[in-house]
Amino acid sequence: MSGLVARGVAKAYGATIALAGVDFEVHAGEVHALLGENGAGKSTLVKILAGAVRPDGGSLTLDGAPYTPKDPAAARAAGVRLVSQERALCPHMTVEENVLLGGEPTRLGVLRREEARAIAARALLAIDPKGAKKHRLRPDALVRDLGPGERQLVEIARAITEPRCRLLLLDEPTSSLGADDVEALFSVVARLREAGLAIVYISHHLDEIRRIADRFTVIRDGRTAGTGRVAEATPADIVTMMAGRSIEDLYPRSPRVPGDVILAARDLAGAPLPVRASFELRRGEVLGIAGLVGSGRTELLRAIFGLDRVRRGEVRVGAYVGPASPAARLAQGVGLLSEDRGGEGLALGLTIADNLTLSRLFGLGPLGFVAPSRMRAAATRFIEKLGIVCAGPDAPVGSLSGGNQQKVALARLLYHDVDVLLLDEPTRGVDVGARAAIYALIDKLAWEANKAVLVVSSSAEELVGIADRIAVMHKGELGPARPVGELDVRAVMLEQAGAS
Amino acid sequence: MKYLRKYPFLGPLVAVVVVYVIFAILAPGSFTRAENLTTMAGQTVVVGIAASGMTLVILLGGIDLSVGSNVALSTVVCALCLKEGAPAILAAAAAMASGLAAGLLNGALVTTLRITPFIVTLGTMRALRGLAKGLADEQKIDAPSSGIEALVAPLPPGYGWALFPPGVWIMLATSALVAAMLVYTKGGRHIMAIGSNEATARLCGVRVERVKWLVYGLAGLFAGLAGVMEFSTLTVGDPTDSMGLELEVIAAVVIGGGSLAGGEGSVAGALFGALLMTVIRTGSTYLGIENWVQDIVTGGIVVTAVALDRARRASETRR
Repeated sequence: MSGLVARGVAKAYGATIALAGVDFEVHAGEVHALLGENGAGKSTLVKILAGAVRPDGGSLTLDGAPYTPKDPAAARAAGVRLVSQERALCPHMTVEENVLLGGEPTRLGVLRREEARAIAARALLAIDPKGAKKHRLRPDALVRDLGPGERQLVEIARAITEPRCRLLLLDEPTSSLGADDVEALFSVVARLREAGLAIVYISHHLDEIRRIADRFTVIRDGRTAGTGRVAEATPADIVTMMAGRSIEDLYPRSPRVPGDVILAARDLAGAPLPVRASFELRRGEVLGIAGLVGSGRTELLRAIFGLDRVRRGEVRVGAYVGPASPAARLAQGVGLLSEDRGGEGLALGLTIADNLTLSRLFGLGPLGFVAPSRMRAAATRFIEKLGIVCAGPDAPVGSLSGGNQQKVALARLLYHDVDVLLLDEPTRGVDVGARAAIYALIDKLAWEANKAVLVVSSSAEELVGIADRIAVMHKGELGPARPVGELDVRAVMLEQAGAS
Repeated sequence: MKYLRKYPFLGPLVAVVVVYVIFAILAPGSFTRAENLTTMAGQTVVVGIAASGMTLVILLGGIDLSVGSNVALSTVVCALCLKEGAPAILAAAAAMASGLAAGLLNGALVTTLRITPFIVTLGTMRALRGLAKGLADEQKIDAPSSGIEALVAPLPPGYGWALFPPGVWIMLATSALVAAMLVYTKGGRHIMAIGSNEATARLCGVRVERVKWLVYGLAGLFAGLAGVMEFSTLTVGDPTDSMGLELEVIAAVVIGGGSLAGGEGSVAGALFGALLMTVIRTGSTYLGIENWVQDIVTGGIVVTAVALDRARRASETRR
């Protein structure tokens, strides 16, 4: 049989068991979805397949022959290529150079330019038969000038340059893509499947899986929890397999009652985005901002928080009107959760305690000194409160799973005790279990603590689930906020695409 | 703007021309004479050659602080060999070999101990200086005349057709070789890739450690060659020579568009960066500007060059 078969694959890191025996099969010419919560062992399995990690036990066969890559180069030689979640490109180099990286055709170490050009052109053509010219994916374009969707395509092009490429591993390929780019990606994946490649597709989005995958395997706690044909399983079945329990209601909704206006923007314009935005946010309310990636949602939050320049219009926090810096906003009780958790939101090398207390270091000791014991005590409190899975308050944030990292980022806002929470993509790269916990937390904050919450999200379904009102951002213009009762997912999606 | 992006060395080239014209206007007529141009080119040789190696190191995202000590060591080795009666070519080869060995040591420490290159080369900077002093018995070493002096000396009468002393041609040749390697070889691509995103390079099967070794080794080799040129000027082996040269070399690379974060830099740019500093020094001397003023001006130019580069890049991304 052609394809990859894994039997009883196991891997332990010290005392931590990442994989306890996974069985997994992907055939040539199929897209196989690999599902599981963060920390379930998906990444370890993918790393093993890509040759970056060696398994402790179990067996792998590729097209019937034993497959034991000793490093990524060996995996690559065997025809297995990984498109990782971290955008693995060299920004200073051109598309062609990135596509060929590590496999440059040479004679005595000197590049064969003609051949290099031909290989790259062939790969670019394979992912976009309509012609690379139309899609701006020129071989000599610098990668740092490309958008996230184009970068993703460059990575796939790189993966398929190898004529022997048989197995393609896509690790959360849509996590930073907008809707248009997702469509382009799907058509590429479908084309590669027709060309006979075996494709492993990892994603948290069940709607994507339903569209693109033929079969799926769920991994839970390092073991195979189930496998089957996508067409024969309902989303509820799959979620139950992933969580090990059924999630009855992903979106809890307490009887929230909006109070006074605490944050208001009037004709707010940034440089260059947003173009114009007006809204009012009340205590005890969750306001959702929908919109495509690049429509100016993030820029709106940054302008409100004082991170980006405000060109025109005003922001009122309580009674305060006027210019503000992030420090001033925090003092006024406004906190921002960044969409870029690793780059901006958290200091991954520092501990949970350090990250938690970073914005409010006073009151942690006498005379303005900071007592590490009090930092740890505060961290321990929030670890329990939010159910952060970690080794303790001294664990580096980088060692946590995505969902737990996000909880730390949220805990910082709670520790600071802000009244207004600006949350930018609070569930990006977060598994279903942690997502449910974050939704419950948002509901609780708005209802019990009477906080005001502004949520930006790419998922219309999520916004309809958690928000009281939703406003849609389209090309920098923020539409009127409407109660969720008057909206459904379809209406929001149409509006953010500019079709209404 | 578009050209600047494609040819990053155009910036420093323009700077050299502008500064030269300013001095040509201000300074007495002798500044613009052909001999002065030749002299300035000769004075750029040591920094220029070392800058080729440093460009590679900086492209890689590394740094080499041991260049100055390595150059001094090289002059000592060269002088010792000549003193023992070795022919000039052998003495030069030995000096370059000592540079290569020092560079490979840097590479070995960086790759096997996984210590940041700043610390490694801070250590070897001191150690190589000590080695040079030990070999030279803490003294200058006089060497018999061997012909090496002619490398950067003004051309003797009758050789005017060569335009520049041989050392300048050697500098241009090494620069051209290194620049060609960056563009036309797999190794060059891999250096760029590691500097731009090391994790990606590793993922793509680039032998990151081997490339780093090679690059630090090459940087050492070029420092050794620069040492031969330095010996040519000094005509003695001097273990206390070239203190702080590494900073001048780094400045040349940075003025030439190099980024200490890696992934950016240009051999030609570094060469113009080195030339720019020579022009300022020589021009200032012609104008009778005191040495301390020159230092301030040169320091200001390093910061200005980088600031201009940032501003240009910011305006590009804003579009």
